[in-house]
Amino acid sequence: MQGALQGLGRTALDQCRGWGHAAFFFFDMVRAVPAALRRPRLVAEQIHAVGNHSLIIIVASGLAAGLVLALQMYYALVAYGASESLGLIVNLALVRELGPVLTGLLFAGRAGTSLTAEIGLMKAGEQLAAMELMAIDPKVRMLAPRLVGGIVSMPILAILFSAVGVVGAYVVAVMLIGIDSGNFWLNMQTRVDVFRDIGNGLVKASVFGVICTMVALYQGYECAPTPEGVAHATTRTVVISSLWVLGADFVLTALMFSTP
Amino acid sequence: MNAALNPEMTLIGRKNIETLVGGFVLLGVLGLAFLALQAANLGSAASLGRGDAYLLRAHFDNIGALKPRAPVRTAGVVVGRVKAIVLDPKTFQGVVTMDIDKTYRFPRDTAAKILTAGLLGDQYVGLDPGGDSKDLAGGDTIAQTQSAVVLENLISQFISGRADSMATPGTAASAASR
Repeated sequence: MQGALQGLGRTALDQCRGWGHAAFFFFDMVRAVPAALRRPRLVAEQIHAVGNHSLIIIVASGLAAGLVLALQMYYALVAYGASESLGLIVNLALVRELGPVLTGLLFAGRAGTSLTAEIGLMKAGEQLAAMELMAIDPKVRMLAPRLVGGIVSMPILAILFSAVGVVGAYVVAVMLIGIDSGNFWLNMQTRVDVFRDIGNGLVKASVFGVICTMVALYQGYECAPTPEGVAHATTRTVVISSLWVLGADFVLTALMFSTP
Repeated sequence: MNAALNPEMTLIGRKNIETLVGGFVLLGVLGLAFLALQAANLGSAASLGRGDAYLLRAHFDNIGALKPRAPVRTAGVVVGRVKAIVLDPKTFQGVVTMDIDKTYRFPRDTAAKILTAGLLGDQYVGLDPGGDSKDLAGGDTIAQTQSAVVLENLISQFISGRADSMATPGTAASAASR
């Protein structure tokens, strides 16, 4: 009985300690961001590593999402004679939800893992400890540029995902199915609002960028300095970022789009 | 230090990285411009800036399902957008405020109607220009209005009209005209 109670207490305290640790890490990173902004070269390198190298998978996924959504929506809409709204539905789905969320999930898998592995191996190789010995804060020199790079890259990638998806929907709707291209664009132009839909989608993507990069950096920075530790941290990065992205998406959608 | 860690970076070089990042950011801006101009309301002719519009008001007994940002059309052409809808607490009428494109001027006896696009489409405000020599100025109220057609009222009118005409066949014409 006492053992069970003790176990419960230990779990609760460990959880609290973990959360507190993560919160301190978060505030340390926020404080390190201005120093990183003073060194745009380092940030540019990270945008290149995180953003440019994610382009192909993001563009390919966006195109696939647009093509498939258009085909499926046509099947559902044609029964009601509303196939002209195909572009509008695909556009809203991409800009509001699928663009930010799928980009966030792909970003966690493509860029988050590489950040965790990089930082984790630096820690395992005691490079971070060596930097601290030289009175260089590894959070400022190594982690903060990666954070800024991730936050800058994520909205750009999400926008490209949505834009390519709309082009994919155009290919299916206008070229394959034969919906009038004027109506295809006009339905979007009358119903999609720049600030409400695209702007909120951008806000979502930025939030997901913060979540994915923060989780990846924290997992890398706090991993056990062994090969297994890095492997586990990389796995945890994908799982935790994905769950956080999905949870945050529900909250943000409820806040942004619950009123008509 | 980072370049030494990453062999790729020594191959590409700093300047090229900056160029590639510039291209990446430019791509993002182009994507945003495409979405905003081609696939959203920013580029369409119907969207009005703040400077090139004037306000018109109209009181309706029933606005139906009209929403802010609904189009205002004359002869089918979009000439403005509904800005706000509020209830007048004294007359219990819906007051619809509209932003009208400055290039269009309407005579003072213009009539406003709430119409529906298609059978199941969205509702919009239709302006029927009259023949007055003076034009409506910014902030004016349109005097002649016609409320939205509420389907339930229409059906109940139709049914009661049918019942009346069945009871007294001779007055069918007067019941239908009601």
